[in-house]
Amino acid sequence: MISAASEKTAAAREPGSAALLFVRRVVKQFGRRPVLRGVSLDVAPGEFLTILGESGSGKTTLLRLVAGFEQLDGGEIWMAGERLDTVPSHRRPVNTVFQSYALFPHLSVFENVAYGLRAKKTAKQEIPERVSQALAMVKMGEFAQSAPARLSGGQQQRVALARALVNRPQVLLLDEPLSALDANLRRQMQVELKTLQREVGITFIFVTHDQEEAMALSDRVALLREGRLEQIAEPREIYGRPETAYAAQFIGQTNLLDAEVRDGIANAGAIVWSCFEHPGKAVFSLRPESIRLAPAGLAADSLDVSTARFRGRILNQTFGGAMDLLEIECKNSQRLRARIASPGPLSGELDFEFSPKDAIRVRAGEED
Amino acid sequence: MYSRAYKASVAIPPVLWVTLFLLVPYAILFCYSFWSVSSGTIVHDWNFQNYVQLVRNPIYLSVLFKSMRIAAMVMLLALILGYPLAYYLSFHAARRKDFLYQLVIIPLWASYLVRGYAWKTILGSEGVLNGFLQYLHITHRPVEFFLYSPFAVVLTLTHIYTPFTFLPIYASLEHVPRNLVEASHDLGASPWATFRRVILPLSLPGVLAGATFAFVLTLGDFLAPLLVGGASGIMISNIVVSLFGAAYNWPLGAAISLCMLLLVVGLLFATERLERRLTLS
Repeated sequence: MISAASEKTAAAREPGSAALLFVRRVVKQFGRRPVLRGVSLDVAPGEFLTILGESGSGKTTLLRLVAGFEQLDGGEIWMAGERLDTVPSHRRPVNTVFQSYALFPHLSVFENVAYGLRAKKTAKQEIPERVSQALAMVKMGEFAQSAPARLSGGQQQRVALARALVNRPQVLLLDEPLSALDANLRRQMQVELKTLQREVGITFIFVTHDQEEAMALSDRVALLREGRLEQIAEPREIYGRPETAYAAQFIGQTNLLDAEVRDGIANAGAIVWSCFEHPGKAVFSLRPESIRLAPAGLAADSLDVSTARFRGRILNQTFGGAMDLLEIECKNSQRLRARIASPGPLSGELDFEFSPKDAIRVRAGEED
Repeated sequence: MYSRAYKASVAIPPVLWVTLFLLVPYAILFCYSFWSVSSGTIVHDWNFQNYVQLVRNPIYLSVLFKSMRIAAMVMLLALILGYPLAYYLSFHAARRKDFLYQLVIIPLWASYLVRGYAWKTILGSEGVLNGFLQYLHITHRPVEFFLYSPFAVVLTLTHIYTPFTFLPIYASLEHVPRNLVEASHDLGASPWATFRRVILPLSLPGVLAGATFAFVLTLGDFLAPLLVGGASGIMISNIVVSLFGAAYNWPLGAAISLCMLLLVVGLLFATERLERRLTLS
């Protein structure tokens, strides 16, 4: 499964390849405020791509540019070998699921779903069948004659999905579609959405600010930051090998260690480990779950560098069921977070360890 | 949450208002409509004479129907002018929106009379329009029917009441969620189809309210016919005015007023029900 996904990624990156959608150096400003500052990415056919970012990162704007609700200030968007950004939104082979669903309040559920088919002059006798198929797909068949206002948020969301998918778009755009739902429903809809995407085989571009959602759903995650693409990779890769400190912090929790690399040793003050990176100052990301309690009886200042060991004082322990979150303070008041299998109450000074390969060198803050 | 005494005391002003300025006058009007005039004094003998006269005398009914035709014309013209204006302002005026909105509203600050007299000077035989047409040698003597005709009444009232039609339409268009328009485009509907299938249906309550304003206000108007209507442009309210004035037949005037009142209340009731159905569906 991982290899299939990486093949897809490779195909998407290769210029002139089978990628379905090309976004090229896209620039967008609102007044004087730049929102997108030259974003390029490709989307492969059948891919589930998530655009992840904080509010103000430009993720929704990027989606709206693909949908045609906004006009580019620079760059190009291509789909299936044709220029997309010059086509008016009603002629683009994409459909959108809106954050607030945007169901037509004066039309029944059936007529909402039939709207796109009627707009494209689909044969009249074909419409009832396709609408009921689409509604059945999202398990809303029995609500065909209801008014949208009578449905719950989750039900409206399903109708919005059916209304978009019934048109068999080449790309489905989803603008934070789950953000208005409560946590349980949200998790349930995530699973359904992923299953649905596999069934219909349509390319999904999914915008969210929720990194867990992004990791759970996506073939690839594109992380946007202040209008620039920070990193685009498969969830496992972006989590396991973040390229920047921002990516490491935004996706999951991490510890950032400022270290000096010299002679195959990285030295972060209280913590030392073997490292064969370029010499000089460097920032490393160390995930909390990479830190373990060291087996008793081994000295923390052991000369063995194949496992990095350090001693720290427990500041705080948060019980989390299977895993506890520890806040640890080391000698030079460097603070670290560790997530370890719940060991019972801990206190005082303890020894910890991690594998040096888990400390990932990342680009620091603002540099590009 | 609120005490009964509090609730009762806040209800006093509206109850007083409705009683003093609506119920009592209507009750008086109601009484008058069943009385009669005999040799210059009002006699309090209860009878249906006024209502019989209203139906029997063809003048009253024909003027009433003419008033309704004029009201319908004004309503139609106000919709034809007001809807595109409201649509443009709400959806396509962008930065000019506030400025244009003020331009539409400003005439409402000028007195109705001033606007009526303005049309008189424009349409009159010595007026701006006739002067201009003669200057261009399109006509050689003043065109009389510009002024003192039903045409002049319709024109003046359309000018005066179009803002009243514009306002509710504009408000309902402003309430059309913009993401519905985007959703419609997204689903492949052209701008025209989007207007027909989303924007127009959702703005119908405003259209209904605007149409009601234009119709009801025109139906009860008596100043425009007085200023620019002449003998042929007379409307039902002018008859009421003269009955309460020079003709000194208050009972008949009261009867006509009550009929008008019933007509208008019935109309308002019907449009309100229709509007509620439109907004619910």
